[in-house]
Amino acid sequence: MAQDHTPRPILVELRDVHLSFGAAEVLKGIDLTVAKGDAVSIIGPSGSGKSTILRCINGLAQPHTGRITVAGTRVDTLRTEAERIALRKRVGIVFQQYNLFPHLTVLENITLAPTRILKVPRAEAEALARDLLARVRLADKVSAYPGELSGGQQQRVAIARALAMRPELVLFDEVTSALDPEMVGEVLAVIRELVRDGLTSILVTHEMRFAEEISDTIAFTENGRIVAQAPPAELFYRSGNPRIRQFIGGFQGYRDAVQHREGI
Amino acid sequence: MSAAALPARGALRAAWPWLALAAGSGLFWSFLDARLTRDLLDWLPYLASGFVMNVLISVLAMALGTLGGVVLGAMELSNARVVRAPAVAYVQLFRNAPHLVLIFATTYIFPFEIVVAGSYLPFPDWLKAVLGLAVPACAYVAEIVRGAILSVPTSQWDAARGSGLSRGQTLRWIILPQCLRRALPPWMNLYASITMSTALASLVGVHELLHAATDASTAVRRDDFTIAVYLTVLAAFFLFCFPISRLTRRLERRFAPR
Repeated sequence: MAQDHTPRPILVELRDVHLSFGAAEVLKGIDLTVAKGDAVSIIGPSGSGKSTILRCINGLAQPHTGRITVAGTRVDTLRTEAERIALRKRVGIVFQQYNLFPHLTVLENITLAPTRILKVPRAEAEALARDLLARVRLADKVSAYPGELSGGQQQRVAIARALAMRPELVLFDEVTSALDPEMVGEVLAVIRELVRDGLTSILVTHEMRFAEEISDTIAFTENGRIVAQAPPAELFYRSGNPRIRQFIGGFQGYRDAVQHREGI
Repeated sequence: MSAAALPARGALRAAWPWLALAAGSGLFWSFLDARLTRDLLDWLPYLASGFVMNVLISVLAMALGTLGGVVLGAMELSNARVVRAPAVAYVQLFRNAPHLVLIFATTYIFPFEIVVAGSYLPFPDWLKAVLGLAVPACAYVAEIVRGAILSVPTSQWDAARGSGLSRGQTLRWIILPQCLRRALPPWMNLYASITMSTALASLVGVHELLHAATDASTAVRRDDFTIAVYLTVLAAFFLFCFPISRLTRRLERRFAPR
């Protein structure tokens, strides 16, 4: 979390973003602002469009109307694949199901995009990959295949893979939701460190305690809209919105358990 | 090499009782009629030279079919209609055409020699048979490739494209390598089936095993020899294709989703 409170440049801005899949209207006017160096968490009930917001930001989904700006690039007007690739080089994404490439080793998973897309020399890319693996505490798994790793380890490799492109922004899409409870802590610990080091990130998460701890602001989505975006203390404890109070309240017992388990 | 040799040996072991049965009955027969055995042995090198042609045609047809099929299979999944439609049309047309008709077609459509840079190159019938079988092989391989590509979870596409890979790069580096093990068993099945279809080339005058057998039968002009020679043809195809199908079943079991 940022300690100083001088205003920082805006890195991501969504204004009135709408998106439908067929007849289903998933996003009904999303507004979201992320400053450089900020960690912003998106929370809210399932099916409220949280993951779709992330997919719009890196161009995996195309909004129908609205404006999306990422580091000066108008994402909503990108038409060609080359333009979207240029965007994705700068925006990393980590998925709920890790989605590592099963036919490649851990090292190859991490170096593939930097060497092939950014044309980083192999030795340099591998050195960076080893650094990143040390950072996610998997230095000894360089030549393992994803199938040989636990869920938590795979997810940490996926984080290293996203970081290997030296992105300006990383999107975390419910990265602990598919994990066994005992592995959630190790993944959150890695993200916590990255955020502390100033990584700009947007996290869709159900880990309320964690979101409260690391986020600069939290956005609450419901029914395809962002109902509120505010600093954690304000949203969690001083919100006048009854739906937010109810949603947070529903996690209260769970939060105590998480606190206990992780010792945070 | 050793990984591939191991199941092959297993397949041979499984085929052993059949081999023993064939050899046993052959031996029994030769006791009944030594002259028949002698004639058969005399003709065996000629028959073998025919079978080499079957193997050659099948290998070349399958190689061409695989090259074309991978491209066609990828085309079938394109977002662009202009790319997808011709591939789908080709596959539907030639997957549903009898191999013999296609062999006749390629035999009579192509000239017996072609002019390349001023010199005449012969275009022999066996090469036309290769094309005749490569045409349907392309269609079958395309379907195998298409199925294998679709069996890779879409989340792999998301992950690759999220890393900045283009559609083509994703296909080449992420999706197709994962297709390999899924596509191998049906691909080998197809190879066995194409090999059996090479006998059709005899009908357009290619000197292959069945053609050689007919030659032998016409030359010797004895009923018992004719029967023996065609049984030999059957045995040759069986001994070539049976280990392949056994190996395929083994691979299928090993690659079955767990």
